[in-house]
Amino acid sequence: MLAVNALAVVAAVVREPLPELWIEHWLPMMAFVEPHLILELAVLYAVAPWIMRLTYPIGTSLVGALTIGIGICVHVVLARDLPQPPHALARYLLLTLLVFGALVGYFGLRAKALSPAITESRLQALQARIRPHFLFNSINAVLSLVRKDPKQAENALLDMADLFRVLMRDNRELVPLNDEIELCQQYLALEKLRLSDRLQVDWHLNSMPSDALVPPLLLQPLLENAVYHGIEPSSAPGVISVNIFYRGGDVHAILRNPYQSNGGNHHAGNKMALANIRERLKLHFDAEASLESRVRDSIYEVHIRMPYRSIRDVRKQEAEAAARGERANGEHRTPDMRTGAEGPPTIAGGGAGASRG
Amino acid sequence: MADAPLRVLIVDDEAPARRRLRELLDDCAAALPLAIVGEAGNGREALDLLHTVSADLLLVDINMPEMGGIELARHVLKLPQPPLVIFTTAHDEHALQAFEVSAVDYLMKPVRVQRLVAALQKVPRLKPLSATRLDQLQSTARRFLSVTERSRVVLVPVEDIIYLKAELKYITIRTAQREYLLEESLTKLEEEFGSRFVRVHRNCLVARDFIRGFERRVGDEGDAHWEVLLKDVPETLPVSRRQQSIVREIGRESKRGGESAEAVDE
Repeated sequence: MLAVNALAVVAAVVREPLPELWIEHWLPMMAFVEPHLILELAVLYAVAPWIMRLTYPIGTSLVGALTIGIGICVHVVLARDLPQPPHALARYLLLTLLVFGALVGYFGLRAKALSPAITESRLQALQARIRPHFLFNSINAVLSLVRKDPKQAENALLDMADLFRVLMRDNRELVPLNDEIELCQQYLALEKLRLSDRLQVDWHLNSMPSDALVPPLLLQPLLENAVYHGIEPSSAPGVISVNIFYRGGDVHAILRNPYQSNGGNHHAGNKMALANIRERLKLHFDAEASLESRVRDSIYEVHIRMPYRSIRDVRKQEAEAAARGERANGEHRTPDMRTGAEGPPTIAGGGAGASRG
Repeated sequence: MADAPLRVLIVDDEAPARRRLRELLDDCAAALPLAIVGEAGNGREALDLLHTVSADLLLVDINMPEMGGIELARHVLKLPQPPLVIFTTAHDEHALQAFEVSAVDYLMKPVRVQRLVAALQKVPRLKPLSATRLDQLQSTARRFLSVTERSRVVLVPVEDIIYLKAELKYITIRTAQREYLLEESLTKLEEEFGSRFVRVHRNCLVARDFIRGFERRVGDEGDAHWEVLLKDVPETLPVSRRQQSIVREIGRESKRGGESAEAVDE
């Protein structure tokens, strides 16, 4: 049902940019298509909450009917002012139906590809892994502290324990951003132990929404890359900056580190980590999240954008989904849906209720 | 050196790793006589230090900024009395594979004291690693070439090299400031540094970055050939008939790059 809404929105976006080759056909065509799309978008936006409550086939048919209806309206209104070749309406409607059918098919396939079972197994395979390089170097650093500063060694071991607890647990559920930041700070404290002044970190977290839900180990692998590629290859001190803020319904995270062009064979590992995180973002947030990386003025930058979902949002959504599920299927749902923490707050599936539709 | 203490130099970019090795070496002192002569944070610092202190053994981390362990091992071979090198590494699958293949000894970090004692006891029987063997371990090109001058090792940064020219037994390294003599094979250097240098003649490699352009010259017997014009130095280098294609290739490249290299016909 969520998909029906997404479909309507995306359909409009997908249909707009027609190939430039058809520019002469395109302009008059656009005179119809644009009002149609805009009108349809507005109507669908208005009725979306209502359509989302219906089952998938009914919802889809309804959107189809709406599309045709609006198509006829637009045509009738505009055809009065513009000269039209014969059968224009019939051809236009046929085209509309074809596009509609293709889009429904596409989103059907897509939904299947992103179905919870497959998503789960892919997430499992994608769980971030820490570099052995880091593990052994850190143990070595802690060993060097044991005799000189047992207290500091103790703290370092506790940080390591926390870090590895997170690394080894089942990391398929979203976690509050705050937890991820804490983990990053523990990780960087360990790196600071071995690299001391060479590693400088600038945190800009003043406008960070700490309750936002993010895939676990979203930032830590990126920081690990930043240390490995940006700090370790140089004897001079380098700065890693982490900037997280909220803007326009999205959470943005921007990480920067010095770019060492002579990183050599290291770059393959970096690409893999990025692909991994990108994939996990996609599995959790679909097209609503993005990850981009670039080099500018010898600074390497990774920019993550993802929708802001707080724990409260997800619990509310799940409660609603559960309530709807009860009504629609007349079966009893276990109350664990409402506790939120245990239920998988995956967004792509829209909660357990939607996956059944 | 049966009774003289083993002089050890520690080379690692991480201070805790150096401290740890120092502690372990102190522990070993009971088992065999040794003295720590110094610590260095990378290969370059180690080479500098070796001009003032002598060492029998270097404990060298493989991954370090500026100059890594394997490159350091190559350069110390040029010292009048090269010290032995034992590598230390936390984890680097690719490097370790190469080490196993060429049977080069290394210590895994974190190092156990027993393992360290065993390695130190083997030192008197070890021979320095050959340059060829080190070549096999090195996955990336060196950052410096080294030459011996008055028993010191002088490092020439590869990015400063304008051309390498083979003459009799030696290779002349030309930088903007001066020339150095190197005892290596031009073919090997060409392989190692790949696209940085281009072969303009059977006996000459020129750094692409330093090519200013080409000029057509007519010899005494009326035979024409191209000469490479260089940045920062006045001399020019002949392009052999076999390598003529590079004139057009590089001329094109630099035009794309918007640089001033050009082919001038006379």
